[in-house]
Amino acid sequence: MNDVKNALLEAPFELSYKYKRSSGPVMSKFFEGLSNKKILGTKSAAQKVFAPAAEYDPQTREALKDFVEVGPGGIIESWSWVNKPRPHHLIQTPFAFALIKLDGADTAMLHMIADCEEPEVAIGKRVSPVWSDAPEESITDIKYFSVDS
Amino acid sequence: MSNEEAPKDYKESLIHLEYQYTAGSATTTFLNQVKEGRLVGQSCPKCKAVYVPPRGSCPRCGVATDIEVPLTDKGCIESFTVVHIPIPGNPIVPPYICAQIRLDQANISFLHLVQDIETDQIRIGMRVQAVWKPKEEWTHSLENIKWFAPIDEPDVDVSTLRFQSS
Repeated sequence: MNDVKNALLEAPFELSYKYKRSSGPVMSKFFEGLSNKKILGTKSAAQKVFAPAAEYDPQTREALKDFVEVGPGGIIESWSWVNKPRPHHLIQTPFAFALIKLDGADTAMLHMIADCEEPEVAIGKRVSPVWSDAPEESITDIKYFSVDS
Repeated sequence: MSNEEAPKDYKESLIHLEYQYTAGSATTTFLNQVKEGRLVGQSCPKCKAVYVPPRGSCPRCGVATDIEVPLTDKGCIESFTVVHIPIPGNPIVPPYICAQIRLDQANISFLHLVQDIETDQIRIGMRVQAVWKPKEEWTHSLENIKWFAPIDEPDVDVSTLRFQSS
């Protein structure tokens, strides 16, 4: 038993599930909008605008079907700097995850801010989307947001 | 989206996790023995229960199981299921039998394949023995056992396998 602790067995392990899922009627429209460089939100009867589009108002349970275009720019509501991106991150240079409140929206959207240095990122700063050249009706149709100069 | 049959709003999704698995001392010891074609469990110093594969401690007594117990590769079928539905990526062609194998002297069972028998002939309590791969293919894996196959011995009454603390 003495040597066991020095020679514990190890092996790389990969777990992966591939599946197809439906985005549903509301989110499908949101993703379709992204492929046309439009960010869509949904508006409730009380005129509250959810962006990204929400299927239901979490407070009133109202089903939301009224689409409005928001942004494309917005302000940083909160952020977290990723200095050393891990292999699974979509951006391999230092970047920030951020909650961005798009113009015209009452809620914030989680996305990334890149192509900048950490000191340029601050709550309240304005950002604009950088669009993908190859849209595929996905949240990644926005590559990232850049800080407005 | 290349598949024209798929509704427009169906998207490919992928969950992918990569990790480095460390076996720990009990499993390392066990697998080192498996590589040599031996099945060695561990028994609890308090309740004497025999665990295979061992995890290093007794869940009943909460103590380390540091007594090694060499076991035979014979046992009985404690429970089984016949798999009819193919699982993507699994090379085994259905129908096949997955069974909980209870080795003689052991107090827990483990999952393995049972072959060399028609799927409608399998039954709980049936005696089985490991069918090993050729020695040169042995690695640190229970896959050294290709499957368990029935042997010509009388069935075991599985109700007698219930653990009784000594």
